Amino acid sequence: MKKLAIAALACVLVGGFCFSACTIERIDPEADSNTTATNTGKRVLNVCNWGEYIDEDLIAQFQEETGITVNYQTAESNESLYSLLKNGGANYDVICPSDYMISQLIEEDMLQPLNYDNIPNYSYIGDQFKNLAFDPNNEYTVPYTWGTLGIIYNKTMVDGEITSWSSLYDDANKGNVLLINNSRDAFGNALIYLGYSVNTTNEDEIRQAYDLIADATRRGVFQGKVMDEVFNKMEQGNAAIATYYAGDYLSMYENNSDLAYVIPEEGANWFVDAWCVLKSAQHVSEAEEWINFMASTDASLANMDYIWYASPNTQALEKYPEYYKETYGEELDPELYEIMAPSADVLEKCENYVVLPQETRNLYNDLWIQLGL
Amino acid sequence: MSLNKKNSLGNRILIGVVFFFLYAPILLLIFYSFNAADSSVVWKGFSLRWYAKLFQNQLIIKSVYNTLLVSVLATLIATVVGTLSAIGLYSMRRKFREPLLTINNIPMMNADIVTGVAMCLFFVAALSGWNYLASHYRLIIDLFGTQYRVTFHQLSLGFGTLLIAHITFNIPYVILSVAPKLRQMDKNLVDAAQDLGCTWPQAFFKVILPEIMPGIVSGALIAFTMSVDDFVISYFTAGSSTSTLAMQIYSMTKKGVTPEINAVSTILFGVVLVLLIIVNVREIRAEKAAAKRVY
Amino acid sequence: MKNKRSLLAIPYVGWMAFFVVAPIIMVVIYAFTTADFSFTGENFTRMGTFTVIFTRSFKLAIIATLVCLLIGYPLSYAMAKEGKGFQRVAMLLIMLPMWVNFLLRTYSMMSIMENNGLINQFFAAIGLFDLINNVFGTDIHYFKMIGTQGAVVVGMVYNYLPFMVLPIYSTLIKMDNTLLEAAQDLGADTATVFRKVILPLSLPGILSGVTMVFVPSVSTFAISRLLGGGIQMLLGDLIEQQFLGGAYNPHLGSAIALVMMVIVVACMWIMNRFGEGEEQAVML
Repeated sequence: MKKLAIAALACVLVGGFCFSACTIERIDPEADSNTTATNTGKRVLNVCNWGEYIDEDLIAQFQEETGITVNYQTAESNESLYSLLKNGGANYDVICPSDYMISQLIEEDMLQPLNYDNIPNYSYIGDQFKNLAFDPNNEYTVPYTWGTLGIIYNKTMVDGEITSWSSLYDDANKGNVLLINNSRDAFGNALIYLGYSVNTTNEDEIRQAYDLIADATRRGVFQGKVMDEVFNKMEQGNAAIATYYAGDYLSMYENNSDLAYVIPEEGANWFVDAWCVLKSAQHVSEAEEWINFMASTDASLANMDYIWYASPNTQALEKYPEYYKETYGEELDPELYEIMAPSADVLEKCENYVVLPQETRNLYNDLWIQLGL
Repeated sequence: MSLNKKNSLGNRILIGVVFFFLYAPILLLIFYSFNAADSSVVWKGFSLRWYAKLFQNQLIIKSVYNTLLVSVLATLIATVVGTLSAIGLYSMRRKFREPLLTINNIPMMNADIVTGVAMCLFFVAALSGWNYLASHYRLIIDLFGTQYRVTFHQLSLGFGTLLIAHITFNIPYVILSVAPKLRQMDKNLVDAAQDLGCTWPQAFFKVILPEIMPGIVSGALIAFTMSVDDFVISYFTAGSSTSTLAMQIYSMTKKGVTPEINAVSTILFGVVLVLLIIVNVREIRAEKAAAKRVY
Repeated sequence: MKNKRSLLAIPYVGWMAFFVVAPIIMVVIYAFTTADFSFTGENFTRMGTFTVIFTRSFKLAIIATLVCLLIGYPLSYAMAKEGKGFQRVAMLLIMLPMWVNFLLRTYSMMSIMENNGLINQFFAAIGLFDLINNVFGTDIHYFKMIGTQGAVVVGMVYNYLPFMVLPIYSTLIKMDNTLLEAAQDLGADTATVFRKVILPLSLPGILSGVTMVFVPSVSTFAISRLLGGGIQMLLGDLIEQQFLGGAYNPHLGSAIALVMMVIVVACMWIMNRFGEGEEQAVML
């Protein structure tokens, strides 16, 4: 009896595991043995995007149109996305990293080339977003959004206008500054302030940037290290200054009109986030359908309206002010539109991140950990 | 324990203050689940709109479902396995029992994050081994002249690994609360039952089980509570495609928790509260009835 | 017969081998290897850099544990003195908050303690800041709570207090009343009874309460992140960062986890020496 109970228990456990781990099917000698290889059943797609980075109605619309079930997940930053991928715990098909991370993923052979025949909407992507450093031959990516990383501040909490990155590090707003919680952006801002390139590999320059931030941390300038927590903190007036992305500023501005956005005089970073398909993806055709859907003009317009990030789709970019007028019955403030999709002469001042060599990345990691000490 | 007759006022105040500290944040979040505004600070009038919105939010509904499913399954399995193992362990000689109990205590005494990362590393290694085999081999079984093909799927972290992790950290709690009852039990009872002609299963169900039942129930209760409240271990073992309520909340704490989460927590809290009240009222009634019978 | 019954534990022994022992072996392997799995001790030599985080984590955890004990013991004592009717619900009242996810409770704490949160709004409403500013000539509009170590300790105490109360309370209510009466009859005053009888008898509860508060406090990462603003990392943050956060290096992360585990186990071992001979961990 006991043996039976043990055996039964073992069977249940092993059986349960096997049930999810394999399928057993009868081999029909007449049928072609290859037919079983094609996927039957429902189509699935695992997407990983940033938080607050899509009009969620679009997911529903995509599911309805294609019958594909979307598992939509979010990651916090490029670095933590990389950890998720490397750690092996994730089974994403399609991801949306930023420029420099894309290069790194390509370098480590983690992405697969796309079949652009399945993505006809790629033709709408503006030329200035093609052949960029991270994907020089347009093999792996379809750009999703672009924008700048600048300073957001609360006009009622700060004296005068902010024009320089120095406001992040000096004592004027001690205890009310939010540091961005990823190494690349945090060091990038400091490097710009110091007058160096954001892509420098000079250890001395990076260490100076580190010292700048570490010193400010010691003096208690920063209230916290945040990524998407910034929304609440800034909207509710719990902090005065933060660095964050232009699109997100516009979302915050909707809820708190005391906030202002500035690209400091020293310049800033401009970024492109693009869809890519992982080498380990198991749903490639679904992934390409997703990318194509997201690149369409309608989806781009809906997204621009919802997340306030500019789309690289030229038609959508052109039409957006008109779309806004139709939807809300009032003109889009050109100043806001300029923040969303800055003109060429503003972009001129801004620098794009490129991937850093392994050695520099290790230095970034080490210094970043030390900042938390 | 009741040393002196009456509880002093000071003690009562202490109890009151601490319970206020424990419950104030909860009451606050329940309060704001009825807020018309999208905020946990500004009150803009009573509304049930977050409850309505909650049922349209697939992400939250799915994560609540996952949480309840994994907690119920893990509790059931852990309770059965834990109870049987406790009986087994206490029938062992001390020499074997002591080291096994020490290992049993590891998941309970170890920091959650260590258990979490350890399991994460282990699962990822085991799964990548499995996936390698699965992509290179295929099994054909010949059963009574018909051939069956067994195709192995590619596996990744998900509900299965989440469940295993929850079972693993639940079992020690069950064993821990069953063990004292086993120790208190008169060892001769089982022997007596068997001498009187009981088979072992009969002895188990009629003698052992009723004796240790309170331990099993409280073990199951703790296990279930731990499962529902767990975040850290789930975070490391659930992978990317499965998400529990705790994980959902964690990702939301970054961009701002919407009052829908307050609403779902209020509902869960309310259900538990009602259940506990019902159970308690029934117990009190049963006790009163029993008391009447005695007199 | 008796020994055959021990076979019932076999499946679980197998389970433990797989899911308890093997994962810890994995951590050890990772801790002693580099990214390409060749042996190295470098992960441990780097540990010196993190001394600050180790000290900070242990300091905050010890403070939180002490505060929990200082609140939890009198509370359990007071609760144990209440009547039967209260005792029935006491345990449930302590456990009930755990049914609202701790992250959400912590988040609620955060909105209470923000610069613009309820506490500061309350102080502003009763004119406390005006008073302070008038008296001291300062210019403050809020007390800074979020982002301080104090807030982290408050969060730990708030979350883990039930873990201290439950075991102490359950040892106290199980205590044999006749023992206390006997002590009093023999001439001991209340304080002596407490010191010589109640305290030693409740020691197992205290020890397991201390363990159950200290261990999660020293390794938390969500609480420090929400209430501490993430500026001053704790051990939990440091480990999380190496696995799923912004500085991927599971080998270093494993080494830190291993060192933390060893220190915690050593602490527990030393502490349990005091309670040797007592029943092991109690909860309900």
